[in-house]
Amino acid sequence: MAIRGVNINIQGLGYRYSSRGKPTFSNLMLESKRGEALAIIGRSGCGKSTLLHIIAGLNRPTEGTMHFDDKKIEGPSSRWVMMFQAPHLFPWMKVSQNVGVGLGFAGWPEKEKRERVDEALRLVELQDYAETNVQDLSGGQQQRVALARSLVMEPELLLLDEPFSALDAFTRASLQRDVRSIAKRLGFNLIIVTHDIDEAVLMADRALIMAGAPGKIVHEFEVPLDDPRQRQDPAVQAMRARLLDAFHSAAQVAGAPKEKLDEADTESNSVSQHA
Amino acid sequence: MSQDTTIVAGNAATVAVGRSRSAAAASGTLYWAWNFFGGLGILFALWWLAIYVTTLNPAMSHFASFGPGPAFKEIGHLWNNGLIPKALQTSGARLGAGLAIAIAIGVPVGILIGRSRRFRELSNSPFQLMRMISPLSWEPIAVIVFVGWDQAIIFLIAIAAVWPVMFSTAAGLSKVDPAWFKVARNLGAKPWHVVTQIIVPAIAFDVLTGIRLALGVGWIVLVPSEFLGVTSGFGYTIEDSRESLEYEKLMAMLLVIGAVGYVLDSICLALIKRYSWHK
Repeated sequence: MAIRGVNINIQGLGYRYSSRGKPTFSNLMLESKRGEALAIIGRSGCGKSTLLHIIAGLNRPTEGTMHFDDKKIEGPSSRWVMMFQAPHLFPWMKVSQNVGVGLGFAGWPEKEKRERVDEALRLVELQDYAETNVQDLSGGQQQRVALARSLVMEPELLLLDEPFSALDAFTRASLQRDVRSIAKRLGFNLIIVTHDIDEAVLMADRALIMAGAPGKIVHEFEVPLDDPRQRQDPAVQAMRARLLDAFHSAAQVAGAPKEKLDEADTESNSVSQHA
Repeated sequence: MSQDTTIVAGNAATVAVGRSRSAAAASGTLYWAWNFFGGLGILFALWWLAIYVTTLNPAMSHFASFGPGPAFKEIGHLWNNGLIPKALQTSGARLGAGLAIAIAIGVPVGILIGRSRRFRELSNSPFQLMRMISPLSWEPIAVIVFVGWDQAIIFLIAIAAVWPVMFSTAAGLSKVDPAWFKVARNLGAKPWHVVTQIIVPAIAFDVLTGIRLALGVGWIVLVPSEFLGVTSGFGYTIEDSRESLEYEKLMAMLLVIGAVGYVLDSICLALIKRYSWHK
């Protein structure tokens, strides 16, 4: 697979659900260099998922512009593909058909399509399940199929909207490691939206904390850790503590109650204990 | 354990699993055949008993022609003289045409009901009102409107069959996960891809279920519709048999109607199983 990343430049981006409503976020600036893995952390309702949908071209911004390598972005494309919280596989298709569905939309010849599907399935270690009905797979395997379905398009940018939050801790940890490793090997960009601090530390090169209403980016951290990243590693723990502090202070500024602030910490801890 | 021994053991296990599956399939077929023929046997036994008891009274002896024996004997005769094949052909053509019209109207309108809230709300009252009109009460209007009897019969079948197709399609669409459309768009699907590769397979089960119901309704409406001025088909043959007092012929045609309806329903059921993705 020949994938390369993209330079992302977002200027003055804003969005409101209705013309008279309060903006979800406004005047948002974001840059990401080719091949970078970017995590956006924030509490529910701060607009991070909406931002991701806009970057994917699935929603249109009410203000601002987005450029990928100087090309203005105005709609969805198979070059920037999104993975959702649930796999949303097509249950009437087998694993290989689900993975190749986007290539079918693009009119790929059957032979080339088959080769690329096989390669994508090998990447996610599901090559033995090509002819299996997707309903017979576990949640983690289904999410791997969704990942293969995205990778087969050879995207320049993979957008992940809390894609592992519905999975058990072990599967989540393994997919977090695999997605980062595949992205680094193939060179495409990642933008991960999450409220799991551990996920951000384990997967991202840079983490942005989004808070407030309307949402804005209040903190930015480089995550200069070596791969493979282990949860028990003191450097990972230290980074996690820094992000958690920043997350709490950002949430307090935004007026969140204390019990809400502890949610992210509790979730991160539960994953740490399992994995 | 050596590698060869492992392979032999593995092959033996595979053969054993294969044999056990074949045995289970054979046992399942036997169970099905037992129920199928057993159920029909009970029905025919009750039929025979009813006619036997009735004809114990000498005044009712002419009812003997209604029994299963004369009916089965007559089926062979009617097949050989070409009456059953001809009735199958003409009634089948009418049913097929009526169903085709019902599907051609019912599926797209059902998709529209399922996709457009405005259309669903606007069309609800007129469609529910029309649905509740007995199909056979359209008969006088059909006779006036259409030039030929055949067209009138096809219209009656279509008006009876369109509702189950339409409402099943709409119900199927309302169960479609909206996220599938988002995923499809995300992967570069054009509108026709969404229709052919997402909507159609997603609702195939419900559409086929609607067609199965429609087939049942259409088959039921067909026979009384053929009491109209036509001179062929199952309904006509039954009416003709009654008027000419050929009761064994009448009962033979009833048996054939039931058998053909059963076969058509089984085909629909097989298609539903084939295209159903629900687990």
